[in-house]
Amino acid sequence: MSEVILKVNDLKTYFNTDDGIVKAVDGVSFELEKGEMLGIVGESGSGKSVTNLSLMKLIPSPPGKIMSGTAMLDGVDIFKMNDNEIRKLRGNRIGMIFQDPMTSLNPFLRISTQMIETIMLHQDKDKSAARARAVEMLEMVGIPNPSKRINDYPHQFSGGMRQRVMIAMALSCDPEILIADEPTSALDVTIQAQIIEVMQELCRKLNTAVIMITHDLGVVAGICDKVCVMYAGRIVEKGSNDEIFKDPKHPYTQGLIKSVPRLDRPSKGRLYSIEGQPPNVIDLPECCPFHPRCEKAMDKCRNTYPPLKVFGKGREVSCWLYEGEK
Amino acid sequence: MSKYIIRRALGLIPTMLIIITVCFFLIRVAPGGPFSSEKKIPPQIMKNIEKKYHMDEPLIQQYGRYVVNVLRGDFGPSYKYKDYDVNYYIAQGLPKSLLLGTISILLAVLLGTAAGMFSALRQNTWVDYTWMSFAVVGISVPVFVLGPVLMYIFSIRLGWLPVAGWIDEHGLKALVLPVLALFYQYFATIARLSRASFLETIRSDYVRTAKAKGLKTSYIMMKHVLKGASLPVVSYLGPAFSGIITGSIVVEQIFRVPGLGRHFVQSAFNRDYTMIMGTVIVYSLILVIMNFLVDVLYGYLDPRISYS
Repeated sequence: MSEVILKVNDLKTYFNTDDGIVKAVDGVSFELEKGEMLGIVGESGSGKSVTNLSLMKLIPSPPGKIMSGTAMLDGVDIFKMNDNEIRKLRGNRIGMIFQDPMTSLNPFLRISTQMIETIMLHQDKDKSAARARAVEMLEMVGIPNPSKRINDYPHQFSGGMRQRVMIAMALSCDPEILIADEPTSALDVTIQAQIIEVMQELCRKLNTAVIMITHDLGVVAGICDKVCVMYAGRIVEKGSNDEIFKDPKHPYTQGLIKSVPRLDRPSKGRLYSIEGQPPNVIDLPECCPFHPRCEKAMDKCRNTYPPLKVFGKGREVSCWLYEGEK
Repeated sequence: MSKYIIRRALGLIPTMLIIITVCFFLIRVAPGGPFSSEKKIPPQIMKNIEKKYHMDEPLIQQYGRYVVNVLRGDFGPSYKYKDYDVNYYIAQGLPKSLLLGTISILLAVLLGTAAGMFSALRQNTWVDYTWMSFAVVGISVPVFVLGPVLMYIFSIRLGWLPVAGWIDEHGLKALVLPVLALFYQYFATIARLSRASFLETIRSDYVRTAKAKGLKTSYIMMKHVLKGASLPVVSYLGPAFSGIITGSIVVEQIFRVPGLGRHFVQSAFNRDYTMIMGTVIVYSLILVIMNFLVDVLYGYLDPRISYS
């Protein structure tokens, strides 16, 4: 039995705007086991990024606020930590990499400065030891000639190389969890696979658990052990990789999978797409937020939010279709 | 980088030559001359005066003579004040003007950046509103209004500070009002500029990365934010220097500061050719050197700028 290292329960993060309260994340729960890869997929604005920024308490506040919920890391609730405690967590026990490597590194500072400051902050190392560690990490992510390149500035690296630097930096303190917020979305398709591979390989080696946020189902299918599908601030379906891709239950998940272009199936005209737009999450009525776009919508869907249907350990769907099923 | 600095430094020479040339001929095109306002002078005496100052020579010869003298560091005799030459007046006035200008620009940069930073950190709170109200006033009120108003309040009404004069009469107190009048507008502009750029930098992705690494806010501000946020302020320093110099001419008049600005203005009225040239050369030299330093500083701050 693997050990659960992070247990998020009923996380709600709201934003106060002039137009009303934006319920960006509205009751999200999931578990992360040691060394596993969890994929969180969903459209833009579904709350994936906000969920994970909340875990690091990096939500800009105001206007954002974590309204309720717990996130237990080794029995300690992250949301109850004070500033000092949360700073010891960031970069040390939870590493994070972001979507756009072109802007995520400080253009005014050398790579060495940016890597060494993290290592010296969290580990009991002097400058030369921290530097050696940084060079070692750069080598592990596949930067050629790392002891020389470490003195370069970010603009001297390509996008893919910068993302490698970000990965090296995020993993330099041996975190238990790596949060990867769309790490490949801003990269060239040919580079994407390399970055994913580097990340996967390194995390396996260091036994780091990964929360992979993405809207790219291909990435999730390739590497994740478990998948959460988010829609309008909530998780609508959860399951293992196999369960989600072989037997998707929620109509939204089914739609997502159908809309991925496949090379191994005969092409029959236009690619499938889910009609309509994701809902505005301001003042969302108590209904299934997906019902206007759902092909199987019923009367019930328009009035009440579907309860969670548990099909077994870690297999949950939130849809009225499965109300009666055992 | 060092190659670039040398190249830019050499570029200052033609710039100065152009300024000297244009100025030399321009003031001679203006009607009147240094001696035309005197009472009727007998033609023979006039001739003698012109001979003494080499004004009877062809213009191009005068120009050549002047440039050679300037290169030797000699600005020539003043046409108006017979006792001393232009070098003497510059040596007398320049240190005072420089002191006034330097204090003002330093205060403007330091206080302006600090005000911008704190306003950005406490955006939309009373800290922000207070600083920015000060800044709006500073931007909208010109020096020649601010100077007399300060004088009225602090000298005439409250009696705290001297109305006018310099350190030799009143001690360091004499500096307060001229510096206030001169620095305020630049402080205000820098405060607004740096507030905007601090706000932008604080919200940037790389600052989020720095936070995600667990760094302290104060460390992030000094190490990660300050450099990027100060770039707009640095590029504003060029215009600010020229503004401070022209502003100081006005301020020196208002507060009766015995600086170079007084000679700059009066020499133009007097058609005191050598004095005009001397002050123009000194002021433009300060300006081009400051602009040069700003360029070098910019390249030092932003590694993405390459000077190849």
